[in-house]
Amino acid sequence: MTARPIIELRNLSKSFGAVQALRGIDATIREGEFFSLLGPSGCGKTTLLRMIAGFEAPSGGSIVIDGKPMDGIPANHRPTNMVFQSYAIFPHLSVAGNVGYGLKRKKLSRAEIAAEVEAALEKVDLAGYGSRAAHELSGGQRQRVALARALVMRPKVVLLDEPLSALDKKLREQMQVELRALQQSLGITFILVTHDQEEALIMSDRIAVMFDGQIAQMASPEELYRTPRTRRVASFIGVMNFLPARMKGESPEGIEIDIPALGSARIPRDRVPEGLRPERIESIGIRPEMLTILFDEANSAEREAEGQVVANSYYGDMTYYDVRLAGQEAQVTISMRNTAGRSVARPGTTVRVGWGAESVVLFD
Amino acid sequence: MAGARRGPNWLLVYAVAYMVFLYAPVVLLPLFAFNDATIVAFPLSGFTTKWFTVLWETEALHGAVRNSLIVAVSSALIATMLGASAARAMARYRFPAKKGIVGFIMLPLVLPEIIVAVALLVMLMQLGLSLSLWTVVAGHVLICTPFAIAILSSAFQGLDQSLEEASLDLGESRWGTFRRVTLPLVMPGVVSSLLITFTISLDEFIIAFFLTGTDVTLPVYIWSQLRFPSKLPSIMALGAILLALSVLLLVLAEWFRRRAAARQGKDATAAGGLL
Repeated sequence: MTARPIIELRNLSKSFGAVQALRGIDATIREGEFFSLLGPSGCGKTTLLRMIAGFEAPSGGSIVIDGKPMDGIPANHRPTNMVFQSYAIFPHLSVAGNVGYGLKRKKLSRAEIAAEVEAALEKVDLAGYGSRAAHELSGGQRQRVALARALVMRPKVVLLDEPLSALDKKLREQMQVELRALQQSLGITFILVTHDQEEALIMSDRIAVMFDGQIAQMASPEELYRTPRTRRVASFIGVMNFLPARMKGESPEGIEIDIPALGSARIPRDRVPEGLRPERIESIGIRPEMLTILFDEANSAEREAEGQVVANSYYGDMTYYDVRLAGQEAQVTISMRNTAGRSVARPGTTVRVGWGAESVVLFD
Repeated sequence: MAGARRGPNWLLVYAVAYMVFLYAPVVLLPLFAFNDATIVAFPLSGFTTKWFTVLWETEALHGAVRNSLIVAVSSALIATMLGASAARAMARYRFPAKKGIVGFIMLPLVLPEIIVAVALLVMLMQLGLSLSLWTVVAGHVLICTPFAIAILSSAFQGLDQSLEEASLDLGESRWGTFRRVTLPLVMPGVVSSLLITFTISLDEFIIAFFLTGTDVTLPVYIWSQLRFPSKLPSIMALGAILLALSVLLLVLAEWFRRRAAARQGKDATAAGGLL
């Protein structure tokens, strides 16, 4: 993407008394992108979003939105609008009163406001709901009203603070898809704060994973999942098996590593992360779906190891196996798609585990 | 479970006795107000409305009522405004010595009123200020403000802070946010506070007695009339009117609060009212 930057965060920091909530945040968010701030609670993601919105003043560094430095500019003069975690629907106003709230300050006629409100409600599939009272709405509808109220202001950036966390699972999944589709059709930059890694993967163009007030890794969902840079990022995004490993040798094609639990492998150069010193490799990671249990004699994989099923969890479409690798303390989790005619392997069964060198992630 | 317990239900007896003790004297007020006898005693002798006519014709009483209304309305408005500011600060901000400051503001709630009254009188004398209705207002604001804070702080604490932030985020100024979001949402609390502080000021005696000048308030006037036994029945009539007005005021306040709560889809009993 060559889109121009809409938000630039430069060496941003924030302290609350003795607590450092954010340290040295550097990021550029591009126009029209769906950007997520992902991390566990207390990692500073919400503080960062509130600083962009103008509710918190930075302790250091700068925020530039649409080319303008935001120092000292309060929330009501920023080209951003927020969807709050609680939705913050004004309880004493109707749906139309809520959506039209911000328009009252712009010099528009009554009819213009009504038209804008109706258009915004249409965007979020709530056409004709204008006269409803705020308390008559369901959770999903409140979320939509909050979104319409932000969109009607025609913001440069929409900020979403865990907007789906209050919804039940089914509605949440539906809203994830809808929200993404809406963002794509409007072409407005969305910044989402979430602790739900799956949500971030589904919705985002890019994700910044945050721990302890710092950005640990910033990448596309696919890159983040395939090549997490640290063990912490790897275990936060999806499930990752970690196994001890050592570098055996280096060649122009790649790095030769020894994984006691699985065997040795040559990792191609393009799978070696930038800045990783090969001699400092201490472990490797491999995703459950990148390991295969070779049920049939006829099946074979690039590489194989022996193991014993310790436990299984049956999910219907998938089964997750905990497998202890032969002669090792280490256990790995392996996910297998359930197919017709194959029964679930019981604990105690000895199995062959297949794996490939290109799915190995290196960690120091 | 009926019949599982034998003997009288002592809890019920206690409850009934309590209610009788609490309200029987109040019932006597309207009873003797319409009694056709100068002596306030049973048996009742006949029905009359002449005591109300006497009230109507007493000029001094009218002056006292007017003075009381001026004092009560002024005290209620000032105390509620001060209370709202303090309650908002308590709910929103952290500042040094917050607990201590709040404690000192709330202290008049438990301070003996006579102490407050004497202290105020001494201070006013030292300052060389002459006593008037406004010195009574000052004293009443002092004792009413803690009540206003107590009522309003629950209103402000129940206010989701993100509502004010959402308003700012939508381009509204701080003052506009207060006017369009904060005030309408704490309005039931404001009305409660106005009514309670109005009532407290209206029937407050000690401070009014010490700090009033030549213009007396209603309670002070009533007290001065009690020296004349012949005035007692008309005081009873006055009491009956005040009682009716108080009940009306309370019902009105509760109706207003419930309507506001219902409009926001809240459970009226959970919204923190007095009744």
